[in-house]
Amino acid sequence: MDQDQNETKVKEFLSRFFKSHDLQPDEDIFALGFVNSLLAMQLVAFVEKEFGIRVEDEDLDLDNFRSIRAITGLVERKTAPAAR
Amino acid sequence: MFDTVEPMTAEAKDAGMRLELSAAQRRARSGFRAFVAAEIVPHAGRWDREQAIAADLPAKLAAQGYLGSLLPHEHGGGDLDMITYGLLTEEIGRACSSVRSLLTVHDMVAHAILRWGSKAQRERWLPAMARGETLGALALSEPNVGSDAKSVETVAVADGDDLVLTGHKKWTTFGQIAGLFLVFAQCEGKPTTILVERDRAGVAIEPIRDMLGTSASMLAEVRLAGCRVPRTNIVGRVGFGVSHVGAAALEQGRYSVAWGAVGIGQACLDASLRYAAERHQFGAPLAEHQLIRAMLSDMITEVHAGRLLCCRAGWLRENRDPGASAETMVAKYFCAKMASRAAADAVQIHGANGCSADYPVARYLRDAKILEIIEGSNQIQQITLSRFDYQEL
Repeated sequence: MDQDQNETKVKEFLSRFFKSHDLQPDEDIFALGFVNSLLAMQLVAFVEKEFGIRVEDEDLDLDNFRSIRAITGLVERKTAPAAR
Repeated sequence: MFDTVEPMTAEAKDAGMRLELSAAQRRARSGFRAFVAAEIVPHAGRWDREQAIAADLPAKLAAQGYLGSLLPHEHGGGDLDMITYGLLTEEIGRACSSVRSLLTVHDMVAHAILRWGSKAQRERWLPAMARGETLGALALSEPNVGSDAKSVETVAVADGDDLVLTGHKKWTTFGQIAGLFLVFAQCEGKPTTILVERDRAGVAIEPIRDMLGTSASMLAEVRLAGCRVPRTNIVGRVGFGVSHVGAAALEQGRYSVAWGAVGIGQACLDASLRYAAERHQFGAPLAEHQLIRAMLSDMITEVHAGRLLCCRAGWLRENRDPGASAETMVAKYFCAKMASRAAADAVQIHGANGCSADYPVARYLRDAKILEIIEGSNQIQQITLSRFDYQEL
């Protein structure tokens, strides 16, 4: 799956939380002020289910979840052949 | 006009939701009921009065596989599916909310370690928790901090490869007998979760007595006075103690409490139906009086509704659906309120008898109130859920 498709999926998911905002790939979702602990957990669950990865304790870094592109970057690193 | 509708094909019928337990789940529930009838129901009232469960009960629960029952087989757990786990929790909650509390907090800590713990933490603690050798407890609340978990005042200061913890935890369920505490503290000024073993120097436990409900859940104050633990005891990472580790633990707790509340509701219904059939007033059983029947009907309806909400949350959790968090919250919020309403009506139906220790419904009422406060009060659920209008079936 290419990066554009991944970004589209992440954007679709996050758009549920940012209804009136056209979220851009590099936009900081924490700076927008909508992220609470329930969204944080849902985001982890979404990424794991949608992309078939497991977010580990060492992946807990805000920079991995800061934007659509950061999230897809995490997915790509976790799904790269060397990461399997 | 309905004659013109084509009969549904088997395929079309399969497309709908299935709302029945599997044969294996029904068999498991029968086993839970037999254990609860033999080992918990006869003693629950006494444990409530004595403010302690029997010392050998955790071992009996562990022998049945009821501690850490959700943990995967590789960690020594029962690997139960979420619905079967819910049935276990309901059955135990139907008999004794204090014992249900033991499972709740133990499973919260186990789930936090499973979800966000390091490999070493999982290997060290989860098999011991599944065997019941180590009981887990959540050390979150403090004298000045309840719902606002990010503001805990306990601090963990780095000292070489160690952390030194100082603070005061309160209302720690089963803190009197737990061997492992998941402590919420400020580390580098950020909320962080840290495992603290009971036998560490600097840990002092003081029982709390005379609570309103779940009186046998052996609450404690936990004081940490310069308690030194290795930095490797951090679960997750610094700063993620509330947003991820605590959230995972609390979601597990809410799921458990929701099913436990269904158990209280069912216990109220069972007791009320029995009493209304046996008790006669004005020449007829109470069950023949319309205002009593109204209360019984509401109780039946709400218990069923609560159980269905729990099943839906469980199904989503089982499928690791992102919507599980919100649906679990919905279930917990509804079921906690439902249990309180059911218990209030059960006491009402029992009259003066219901206010005495001769019947269990007064205990159900006291226990149900606790469920409206723990694992997020009703008001915290309302505040959070009101932001979740986007959720869809």
